[in-house]
This record gives sequence, C-alpha cells and structure tokens, in this order.
Amino acid sequence: MPTDYLDRFRREGRIVIVGASLAGLRAAETLRAEGFTGSLTMIGDEPYDPYDRPPLSKAVLLGKASALHTDLPRRREIDAKWRLGVAATGLDMTAKRVRLADGDEVEYDRLLIATGVRARPWPKESEADLDGVLLLRTRDDAAALYRRLKAGPRRVLIIGAGFAGSEVASACREMGLAVTVAERAGAPLVGALGGVIGSVSAELYHENGVDLRTGVMVTGLESDSVGRVKAAHLSDESVVETDLVVVSLGSMRNTEWLTGSGLGAGPRGIACDAGCRAFDFRGIVTDDIFVAGDVARSPHALFGYQFLSLEHWGNAVAQAEVAAHNMISSSAERRPHLWVPAFWSSQFGVNIKSVGVPPMGEQIMITQGSLAERRFVGVYGYQGRIIAAVSFDNTRWLEFYERQIERGAPFPVEFATVDRRPEGRQPVDAAFPDPSLPTHGPTVTLSGYSPSDRQLVFTPARH
Amino acid sequence: MRLVVDLNKCQGYAQCAFLAPDVFAMHGEEALVYNPRAEEEQREKLARAVAACPVQAITADGLHGAGAGSDEAARESSDAH
Repeated sequence: MPTDYLDRFRREGRIVIVGASLAGLRAAETLRAEGFTGSLTMIGDEPYDPYDRPPLSKAVLLGKASALHTDLPRRREIDAKWRLGVAATGLDMTAKRVRLADGDEVEYDRLLIATGVRARPWPKESEADLDGVLLLRTRDDAAALYRRLKAGPRRVLIIGAGFAGSEVASACREMGLAVTVAERAGAPLVGALGGVIGSVSAELYHENGVDLRTGVMVTGLESDSVGRVKAAHLSDESVVETDLVVVSLGSMRNTEWLTGSGLGAGPRGIACDAGCRAFDFRGIVTDDIFVAGDVARSPHALFGYQFLSLEHWGNAVAQAEVAAHNMISSSAERRPHLWVPAFWSSQFGVNIKSVGVPPMGEQIMITQGSLAERRFVGVYGYQGRIIAAVSFDNTRWLEFYERQIERGAPFPVEFATVDRRPEGRQPVDAAFPDPSLPTHGPTVTLSGYSPSDRQLVFTPARH
Repeated sequence: MRLVVDLNKCQGYAQCAFLAPDVFAMHGEEALVYNPRAEEEQREKLARAVAACPVQAITADGLHGAGAGSDEAARESSDAH
C-alpha cells in the first residue's frame, strides 16, 4: 500500500516549494532528476529567477559582475509553475494549503520550505528609513549599494564586522573609499571564528586602511534636514560623520509566515530531523513537510546531535538534494543530511575557508603556516577531538582536515604537518565570546539537542 | 550563459583564470572572483575552463547553445558527504 501511494505520488503528486533561491532550485532539479513527474510549483517573494547571492558582496561590489546578472545556471529543466514576486503568507497543515500574499492558495501533497533568511534591519525604524542607510542581502540591495559606492560617499560606515561586513569593507577600500567599521565584539569575525583568528582579521583591516572600532555599539544615526544620514553616534561617545551606512548585523529567519501554523518554526528556524522532515510545535515529525537551506535547523551526528542552523551556500545545495530525495522516497531509502559544514569568504585579497563547526571549538592550534604571514591552517578542538578547521590562503589542506573531523581525530593534533611552526606546538584558547552576548552572529548556530527543548521552538519573536 | 563556481570545492588552481580571463580572475593568491554571466563570445573559453578545472567546481549552462540540461550542467551534482 505505501509503495502504491509512493508510486502514484511520484507520477502525479503535487509538490510545492516555498522559496525560489538556491535551495529551492536545486531541490526542484533533484526531484525531476530522480523521476518525479507530478506537478511542481515554485513560490518566491522576489520577482526574479533564482540567483546566486555570494557574488553580491564580492564580484558585484568589485565591479566585476552586475548585481542583476547572477542568475544560477540550471542543472536541468524543471518544468515548474513559477509564482515569483508573491510571498507565502500562511500554511494550513490540515488542508495542506499554502496561502499567498495575493490571496491565492496552493494545494500540495508534499511541501518543501526553503524560505531562507533576510538581512536583520537596523532596529530603530525611523533611522533605518533614512536615505543612505542600506542592507545587503538581495539583488536589489546590491544594486543600490553599488550605485551608492560608485557615487563616491565621503565615508562609509559599516555596522557589524561579520563576513558580510568585512567583504563590504574590503570592496570599499578597493574603490579607495574611506570606511569605518563598528563592531560590538573585540575583533571582526569573532562570532564565527573566535578571537585568535579575529585578531588576524583586525590586522588585515588596519593594514588596508579601515578605521576599525571594536567593543562599541552604534547608539544612533543622525540625519540632516532632508532625511539623509549624516552621522553615527557610538557607545564610546565618539561620532562618525558618514553619508552611507551599511547595516550588517546578520540575518533573521523567514518563519513569520508560519506563525500559528502548528509547525515547529520560530526565530531560530524550522526544526527538522536529519532527513529534512519538519517537526510540528509538539516535537512530532511531519511526513509531508520538508525543510532545506538557511531556514532549517537539523541535528548532526558529527556534532553531538546538536541542532545546527547553517547559513552556508554548500549546505543549501546539499540539504536541498537530500530533502528532495527523501520527499519522493520510502522510509527505507531515505538519506540523512550529514554534510560537513563548510564556507568561504574573500576579503582584502585573502581567501578564508572553514570546515566543521568552529564555534564549538574550545581551543585552537595553528598546525600549518603562521598567523603573522596570514597564511595558515588553524584547527579547533572540542573535548579531545578535532571539530573544525580554518584556512587563510591555504585551502588545499582543508579536505584533509575535513576527513579528520569526520573520523573524530584526537585534539591536540598528534600528526606531523607540513610547515609547522613553533607557535603551532601548543593549543591555545580559541577565544569565542560568551554566546549569551550578542554580536553580529555566527553563520553557524548551535541550538541545543532536541526539538522539544523549550527554547528551540517556543522562543517568542524578539524583533 | 549563466555560471556558478562551488567555492567550497575551488582550490585556487587558477586554470579558469588562464583559459577565460574575461570571466574568471584571481583576487590575491587564492581567492577567485568571477562574473556569473558570461557573454556569448566567451562560450568556447568558458567550456575549456569548465573542462579544465581540476576539482570540477564550475557549473555553467547554455554551453551548447541549448539552454538548460547540457551534460556539463548536469555533471556537477550531488557529492554531498
């Protein structure tokens, strides 16, 4: 019986994918590649074909690509019905219907949610609306930011020194623009990579002429008489005169549209099992709603079965493929999403890459190269095993470390490595900030052990 | 033609930057910057770059003038761990 149902579902079922970006597109392609011939509907709030976001803060700002032309290549035809420019606004799990902003409703047999994240706006609305206060997440954001940068602002202020903020700062300096970066933590990138690596990043900032202010918050943005931003006030009572502010405070998960649906969705994302099936708010797994990409939170066996939210390009692709496969497979044929987290960033001409979950690390060892040369591999240890690695201009070694993470290799690192320096013989504190203190936010969020953990599912919206 | 590079896979061998310098460029020693939209006259160079990438990190479509569904486009796929 279940097989009959599945065969029929694969032939003529209805799949709806909410979220028409990287994860949604790759899931759709996987469904077709694996033989799903039923109806497929793609719903996206932006009026564009799926496009790639990483170039928006790199190639686009460097003038090497157009913000309007980062469309993702297709792996295959997906023969979908596209509903672009219309946000999903509600979900009826009983009737199996998605409500749309234009009042329409779309019925599904199985649903994939890949609504991702959006940029966290400046919290004071009247200041966020000022002319010259920008965010960077979408194609339109990038086009607007690039236009402003080209116009030659007197000084750019970037609020938040995470990866996105650092990449924007780097692009500004390449354009010869004066730039100040304000960061609440003690150094850039500390939420994602810890203080040891953060101090290397801070040196890069200084060498490249960025005015970096750490340990400060921006307390207010001031406007001129016609509503243009003209200055920012910092918590150390200093004032930065600026005519272009880029708010780079991390992201917020797009789950508001699920409020009241009964799904286990909240500010931390949508909880799902390792097979990408969403939990409802009671902690019971659904069998017809799947999740993939930035909005998902799923348990990972390699990392203590903690629920991980990964805002990583590679995770969106890998999780979409697993979710799509599982959507049209019997339980015995389903696969777990056990991708090892990995991401990259390039800033100030340096290629930064990471595997594993650095914020879990207690200590770090520089196993190859040297921090002073900005060319090294750092290995993070957690409870006696290797949990992550980061490289600055040393990417070719990372795959090796990924294997060590996968097999739970011991930490401190025992094996000999090429180019080991005296500074790399002993592990040191990785210097992650107290997670209870908010910073720009890491791109990996560890959020506990089980979907029934109260703080995971029932955290009320705080924005 | 649309293209994307899986920069998790990319190891900075720079073959693409040699073969299609108008599309791909190294930024610093190891970081790759590329234009996700290649002009039609880049077709042949882009195809060579896709084929030459030692870690097969480049996905492009429209290489055979047929839009989506080319072999190159379909090849890069699920190597999830």
